[in-house]
Order: sequence, then structure tokens, then C-alpha cells
Amino acid sequence: MPPVIEVTDLHKRYGDKVAVADVSFTVEQGEIFGILGPNGAGKTTTVECVEGLRAPDGGTVSVLGLDPQRDHLELTRRLGVQLQAGMLPDSLRVGEALELYGSFYPDPADWRVLLDDLGLPAKTRYAALSGGQKQRLSIALALIGNPDIAVLDELTTGLDPQARRDTWALIEGVRARGVTIVLVTHFMEEAERLCDRVALIDAGRVVLIDTPAGLAGRAQGEQRLQFRPSRELDTALLTGLPGVTGVTRRGELVVVTGDDTVVNAVMAVLARNQITAERLRVEQAGLEEAFVQLTRKDAK
Amino acid sequence: MNGATWRLIAVEGKLSLRDKVAPVWGVACPLVVLVILGSIPALREPITADLTIFDVYVPVLILFNIAILAMTALPTTLAGYRENGVLRRMRTTPVGPVRVLAAQLAANFVIALVAMVLFLLVAGLGFGVDPPRHPLGFAVAWSLATAALLAIGLLVTALVPSRAAATAIGTLLFFPMMFFAGLWVPIAQMPPLLQDISAYTPLGAGMGAFQDAYLGGFPSWPPLVILVAYAVVCAAVAVRWFRWE
Repeated sequence: MPPVIEVTDLHKRYGDKVAVADVSFTVEQGEIFGILGPNGAGKTTTVECVEGLRAPDGGTVSVLGLDPQRDHLELTRRLGVQLQAGMLPDSLRVGEALELYGSFYPDPADWRVLLDDLGLPAKTRYAALSGGQKQRLSIALALIGNPDIAVLDELTTGLDPQARRDTWALIEGVRARGVTIVLVTHFMEEAERLCDRVALIDAGRVVLIDTPAGLAGRAQGEQRLQFRPSRELDTALLTGLPGVTGVTRRGELVVVTGDDTVVNAVMAVLARNQITAERLRVEQAGLEEAFVQLTRKDAK
Repeated sequence: MNGATWRLIAVEGKLSLRDKVAPVWGVACPLVVLVILGSIPALREPITADLTIFDVYVPVLILFNIAILAMTALPTTLAGYRENGVLRRMRTTPVGPVRVLAAQLAANFVIALVAMVLFLLVAGLGFGVDPPRHPLGFAVAWSLATAALLAIGLLVTALVPSRAAATAIGTLLFFPMMFFAGLWVPIAQMPPLLQDISAYTPLGAGMGAFQDAYLGGFPSWPPLVILVAYAVVCAAVAVRWFRWE
């Protein structure tokens, strides 16, 4: 099966400012594809080109075989969008909004069912909704047209942890209906929990595309060991060890970075020299760490 | 026209009524003024062969209604939609933002129509004011005046950067426009220079056309041409330079 979204060498600038330098990725049918990166990395501009809200300055974008610019109308019928700031008129009631948006599509979902699924109050005005309810309504609006693809941008920003977890469960439910999901986020935990694959974008470029576990794995090689030697230690003893990539002193602490063999190797050296490691700490880098490391590396 | 368009017009109409500006300032306020003026005996003494001051104020208040809807309610709502991302949200649906604009215009047109009929009924049944003697001429004049005003409101919306600016500029335009419609000083009592200026303002032209229809003739061409010119030019400029974001 061909990919449902194909972005090749995408380039977009606003005046002199390059928002997206060079981004390429593909999204397969039925997967949850994460677009991950720090604020200002070009994530939103990238998905706006996919949605047809912005015209690329270079490269090509194909969504369900359509050109988002040329075939915009057809695309809007098949691509549901949840915008970062996707607002509604303040005095519009939830049920009215869903019914209205449903009337825009040739084959809409039943808005009453969607309302129940998302636990939304039909009679409440938009302005009176809580942050979590507004977010759920924006998801409902992205799904009301029974889309093949849903693009969800900064889905859980501003939500409390419980609302965030509820939203995640909801997204998994959406995927179970067979909808392909593109998820824009800067939360590691969110990507780790939901995504099948993740594109890490920084400064307008794709740093890497991998599964969340694979992404974390790339940084796990960079394990960090920190301790206070019980007596003076010649750090040259450690720098020569296989697997060690760096040894630094931070006050009385010694910090050793390297792959996952580092802990055993360092302990053996210390034991041979009758030094004990006080206040020992080993940091296992997770996805969060990978994110920081990989984007920092790219910035140089 | 399909189901989505009608639903949009209905929803925009409902929202306009909920948002208070249209019902309170656009309809209730001039209606109350109408009732108050109608209750002042001095204003119902004939000033010419067959007109009282109150007779002249009925069309002025109809223009007041149109002006509030077009200069205050419409720009504030649409600029708010732009500011809050409502128009942007619509761009991601098969319906698109243009139809939201059209629905707002249609909803305001319908509210103005209902208000106009209501004002004529209250003036006629409550205070014995004769309806326009040339109903078709009045209908044409009213339609063109409403179209011109809504086009100007759309132009304000198109060019201002924010909701606050839309409200400010709309209100700023409202007062001189109403002055030239004769809200404070009837046009007939203005100095000649102001009368000449008034004839070229949208509400002054509207008032001229209304008076022709009240007196029994089809409105003369100059005010109708001026109203059409405002409607066409403002709408064209608004469509050409509309800020979507």
C-alpha cells in the first residue's frame, strides 16, 4: 500500500525567515505518526503545508494522492484538522457546532454519538467550556467528517495531567477506527505513549525518523555515571576505558559518559585502586534525554 | 445553496441575536426611541402639508437599525472570527471561510428586514404614520441602502487588523453617517453645504430615496446610483483585500 502522506524536500520561508528548511517523511495507512520538536522547530508550518493552509516554497506534498493546494476542496473532505488555536464563536453551543460542522461533509459521523464518546455537554456554550472540553471538542470537529486522516496539533498543551491521559486514550480509540493520525507535539511522554513512528524536527530539518523506542535507544548509549571518589582519582585511568566517551569533573564529583558497559568498567577500575564511589548515580537516558541531546547536537 | 449554507445562515443569525449588539442596539434601541418620539405631541404637529417631524424620524430610525448592524455588529463579529481563528478553522473544511462571510451578511440582512417591518408596523399601528406611498420604491431604496451599508461594514472588516479596531472604526463611522441621515438635525433644516454633502453619504442618499418613496414616487436616480456605487465599490475592495488571518 502506498503511503497516505508523502512529504519530499519541503521548504517554506516567511520573508527572510526560514521556517522549514528541508523536511521529508512519509506516513503509512493506519499509523500514528508523531512530529516532534522544540517550539519554533517548524512542526506547525510543516503540517499546515500538509493541510493545504500554506503553499510550500519548495518540495512536494502529496496527501491521499492529492495536491493540498490544487485539490484543496477534495482534501478537506478527507482530512480532519484540529488546529492549535482552532476556535469557535463564543456563544455557539457544543451540539450546534457539531451539527453545523457535520453539515459541511458528504458523509459525516453522527454528532450525537461523537458527543457521547467524548463526554461533551451538548448545551454548553463554547466560551463556558473548560480547557479540556474545548480540546475534546476540537478533536470531535476533526473527526466529524469521518476523515481518512486526522491531523492533531499540540493536542494536550495546557491540559492537566489527568485530562492529558484521557485525551491519549481517546486518540487510541480514534486509531482503532482506522483513521491515520498525524500528531504534532513537543511532549516526549505523549509521543512515547501514542506514536508508532516519530519524526524529530529541529530548526526546520528532520533530525531522524524512528520508533519512540528506537529514538530513546540512540541516546541510551550516552549513559551518564556520576560519583564522588573516596580519595583522589586520576581521571586518565577512566578516559582510556573502552566505551567511555567523556570524563569531566564537576566540583568533587566525577561524571563519566559512555555506552551501557561504562558502569561495570568504571567500577572495576575503582575497585582495583581501592576507591569507593560515594553518592553514586546512574542516569538512564529516556526519550526526553534523547530529545534534548539530539536537538542540541543539531543546533551546533 | 445547499444544506450547509442554510444551516450557516441560521446559526449566524442565532449567534447575532445571542451576541446582544444586534437585538439591543440595532433593534430595541431605535424602537424605544421611535415610541418615545411618537409619544411627544409636539413632534406630531404637521410641519409641511402632510408631514410631521415624527414622520421624518421613522425612516431615520430604520437607517439607524441598518447602520448599527452593518457598522458595529458585522465588523466586530467578523473581525472577532478572524482573530479567534474561526475563519482559519473554516478553511480546513469543505465549506470554506467565504461562506461564513456570506452567511453573516445574509443573517444581518434578514434581521434588518424584520426590524424594518416591525418599525413600520409600530409607527403605523401605534402612531398612525402612513406607510411609504410607493412600497416598491421604498423596498428598492431599503435594499440598496442595506446593501451599501453592509458593503461598507465588510470593507471595514476587510482592512482593520483586529476586533478592537473594527469596533472602534465602525463606531467612529456610525456617528457622522447618522448625522448626515438627519438623526440630530433633519436634513431639510441643515445649511445648504451640509445638505449637499449629505446627498453623497450613504445614509444621506438612503434618506433621500426613502423620502421620495414616502411622498409617493419611485426614488429619483441620483440617490439610488450613489447607493449602488457604495455597494459595488466597497464590496469589490473588501473582497480583493480581505485579510483572512
